[in-house]
Amino acid sequence: MSNQQQATPEQIRDQKVYRGMGLTDYEYGLIKDNVLHRLPNYTEIGLYSGMWSEHCSYKNSKPVLKKFYTKGKRVVKGPGEGAGIIDIGDGQGVVFKAESHNHPSAVEPFQGATTGVGGILRDIFSMGARPIASLDSLRFGNVKNDADKYFISQIVAGISSYGNCIGVPTVGGDTAFDDAYQNNPLVNVMCVGLMNIDNMEVGAAAGAGNAIIYVGADTGRDGINGASFASAEFDSEHESQRSAVQVGDPFNEKLVMEGCLDVIDNHKDALVGIQDMGAAGLVSSSAEMGSKAGGNGMKLNLDLVPQREKGMSAFELMLSESQERMLLCVKAGKEDEVLKVFADHGVNAVVIGRVTDGSDYVLEHHGKVVANVPVDSLSADAPVYHRESKEPARIDQESPEQFDPEVSVPTETLRKMLSQPTIASKENIFKTYDTQVQTNTVVGPGSDAAVVRILHKNKAIAITTDVNGRYLYLNPRVGGQMAVAEAGRNVVASGAFPLGITDCLNFGNPEKPDQFYELDQAVMGMSEACEKLESPVISGNVSLNNEFDDVAIYPSPMVGMVGLIDDLKKVTTQDLKQANDLVYVLGKTGDDFNGSEIQRMQTGKVSGQLFNFDLDYEVKIQKLVQKAINDGLLNSAHDVSEGGLIVSIAESTFGNQLGVNLVSDLTAKQFFAETQSRFVVSVSEENREQFETLVGGDASLLGRVTNDNHLFVQTADSYFDMAVDEAYQTWKGALPCVLK
Amino acid sequence: MTLVKVYVNYKKSILNPEAQAIHSALNRLGYSNISDVKLGKYFEITVDDDSKDIDSEINEICDKLLANVNMESYRYEIVEGANA
Amino acid sequence: MKFAILSFPGSNCEMDLYYAIKDIIKEDAELVSYKKDSLDGFDAVLVPGGFSYGDYLRSGAIARFSPIIKPLQKFAESGKPVLGICNGFQILTEAGLLPGSLQKNVSAKFICEPEKLVVNNNKTMFSNGYDFEQKITLPIAHGDGNYYADVKTLRELEENNQIVFKYWNNPNGSVANIAGIINKKGNVLGMMPHPERAVEDILGSSDGKGIFYSIVKTIKDRGVIYE
Repeated sequence: MSNQQQATPEQIRDQKVYRGMGLTDYEYGLIKDNVLHRLPNYTEIGLYSGMWSEHCSYKNSKPVLKKFYTKGKRVVKGPGEGAGIIDIGDGQGVVFKAESHNHPSAVEPFQGATTGVGGILRDIFSMGARPIASLDSLRFGNVKNDADKYFISQIVAGISSYGNCIGVPTVGGDTAFDDAYQNNPLVNVMCVGLMNIDNMEVGAAAGAGNAIIYVGADTGRDGINGASFASAEFDSEHESQRSAVQVGDPFNEKLVMEGCLDVIDNHKDALVGIQDMGAAGLVSSSAEMGSKAGGNGMKLNLDLVPQREKGMSAFELMLSESQERMLLCVKAGKEDEVLKVFADHGVNAVVIGRVTDGSDYVLEHHGKVVANVPVDSLSADAPVYHRESKEPARIDQESPEQFDPEVSVPTETLRKMLSQPTIASKENIFKTYDTQVQTNTVVGPGSDAAVVRILHKNKAIAITTDVNGRYLYLNPRVGGQMAVAEAGRNVVASGAFPLGITDCLNFGNPEKPDQFYELDQAVMGMSEACEKLESPVISGNVSLNNEFDDVAIYPSPMVGMVGLIDDLKKVTTQDLKQANDLVYVLGKTGDDFNGSEIQRMQTGKVSGQLFNFDLDYEVKIQKLVQKAINDGLLNSAHDVSEGGLIVSIAESTFGNQLGVNLVSDLTAKQFFAETQSRFVVSVSEENREQFETLVGGDASLLGRVTNDNHLFVQTADSYFDMAVDEAYQTWKGALPCVLK
Repeated sequence: MTLVKVYVNYKKSILNPEAQAIHSALNRLGYSNISDVKLGKYFEITVDDDSKDIDSEINEICDKLLANVNMESYRYEIVEGANA
Repeated sequence: MKFAILSFPGSNCEMDLYYAIKDIIKEDAELVSYKKDSLDGFDAVLVPGGFSYGDYLRSGAIARFSPIIKPLQKFAESGKPVLGICNGFQILTEAGLLPGSLQKNVSAKFICEPEKLVVNNNKTMFSNGYDFEQKITLPIAHGDGNYYADVKTLRELEENNQIVFKYWNNPNGSVANIAGIINKKGNVLGMMPHPERAVEDILGSSDGKGIFYSIVKTIKDRGVIYE
């Protein structure tokens, strides 16, 4: 890829060099015949290969993403611009977005994870917001050998090293294990920022003569063409792709962040636009900035780009994915003012070009024009594909028959369930994250949602990440609804109401109709749930081609939801608070086992028709919990999810080591059912009447909290009987044991 | 006993933020003639005499454990008969 | 009274300290850049946590060459209180203001969790608000918190009663369960746990307030101060 070896325009055409960069014959034809009306050169082909990759153009997912519910009176900025913004009152907004780093992490787990965290942080502060919390949604295969353990420990260490250093608390997330992710783990990072809405920044470069300023780390040959790499499938022989490793430098990012926020806060008049140099590096940030401004071109002198290595080609400079870099558009005449701010923060910043009249995107290198293309052709005019969709055979199940679990000794089944890696405590992972820096973390990892206080205000936000790929595997539409619903339950259980969601759509190959079907249906399902829960989609990210040797992962649209707690008194946790409180389950329980943890635990896989889900009933139950918390009736609330009711009850006892003495007309098996729309709540005696009047027939009284450190549940046919301490040790000790 | 000295360092094209930070700290301290700093890892490994093929063994452990071959390269010196 | 809160490139707990002092302790505080060459006008100096210079080379090793370190050494010589927390403690050891050094945790991992501490000396200007052997809970959040000192130094620390805080359950491998030590003169304290993260019940603990109140009381009483 060096200068000497670059193919000529004719060679590119004749030897189809573009194919190796991820462009199809059709796309090459578009560039040659419809856009440029001449043969593109090597640098130009490089620009298109980056910009027209799925990662930058969303060419396969755009028609699907249009189906998302994105409206809402609090939405200040919806999908499209980096991260979305939601109004939380007092002139403040929360900014949030999630990003996947699956492929880089599969190749180099530690650095893949660090650069994933770094990238999403830049998305947030480039909007003018200070990052206040991040969460990680991780999916791994079942741990079978030392290599698996090493891999997981490196991902976790990468997240820890970057987030801790930069001083953004990692307040939560979710981790699950399933063989579906064996060779294609998921590393999704969500970040939330807080801003004054007046400071909103748009990544646009407008006004001829304005300066384009490069900020941050030098450009090296890191991750050249990483965007098209991220959009490519993996197979057993991906060793050759290993040149694409980028190294994260959280210290430099901290300086870049403080410099950018200083410019945004204190030099607003000078700033026109700001953009993160993420996927497809300099070309992506500059072309998007130019395209968004509309009616202007851009001219960059690549000799001015700070370079870490000698002899880099224009192709390499434009497509490098070196980390910790930003691009700013600054008003003509104000360059020195901005450069000085960065110098004060110890950050390198240089003017590398200007906004021009016209619409040409022109690159000069060593005194020659090395690329000249219409600016819109790179970004706004990228091709869009409407892919074929076909229902996979496994989903077309005639019989709704549910799996019948074997629960002859319920206590033993509970013990086994608590030690499943997906169910077990993730404490040994999140203990390595700084969860408290910035001193606003009211509820850290391990509860339903993390709760982060808004400094100097009597309010907080609740944040969660969720998705159960098994449900989507059996039914992507209903599973998509469930993913949003579960996020909603987590936020509501913490005392919040939903504000909106972001997502990472982790799917297989969209060119395969059955895998495209999963994406399309999941988005529709998610959208339906978002509308019912009044929780619009404000940002997101798409990660396709999550395949290994032709087998796709479970469809896994990670949902990251943010809710608002409008009074700190309403903050609620899952922990039971005191003996004699009454324990209820809200919502109905059925024989719902297909796709459940117990089905996987006992059969090694999930199968059959996914159980029913009623979105309207879900909304009703969530509203009841919100009302009960608003009225101050609940001492604890915990959502029921993987593992079923008995797992939620057990988890409720752990925080304060309290026991329960419960009686139910459900069978022991049903205590493992994963019926949606349920919560375990505790209520003090004095609120009993008011609570029961509120919930009517939608809650069942199970019994009372005790202080004898014992978990006892009498079922219709049997009983669970376990010391809380023993249940806790089983649950807490399982993952360290697996990962040891 | 054979002593093997193994040096692991970042490949040329890989960013090493730590070495960069040390480099600029030295410049700030007035050592303006310092033009580059490399920072890697150094191991001393003692191998019993009965090992058959030291080279292949050392290469193997470097590839497997001591170096992250995605990003790092290594070299080693064998010090025969050292009193390790 | 007025606290100086130092700020190095890569510090990330300076604002947490600032709000703890302003909002909770209700005293005056000002951020002071690492580039400044004076600490005139301040009654106490706080060296915050974080990752100065990315913790590259060794935690605190690069920060200690900052311009502010000379006036800090002078400030310490004058007998006024200097408190280094977490990375601040590491900087103070690298700068020679406190003996010993902080190594990687024995688990080789970063650890963030509430930790029970025992007040081992309540006769200092940082701990006079606590009872002797009082148990307090403060969060730790560090990767290099394993305090090491050679036998001779350790004996000195013990003989001079310089070990102010000890861990109840040693989380990181520190010798003698040391969580915080003071210099011989009694005016420079370094500790790995974060008192500024424990000044509000809503965030889990208020046990850290005692350290800041102790400093304020000392300054206001002009009791234990060395001039």
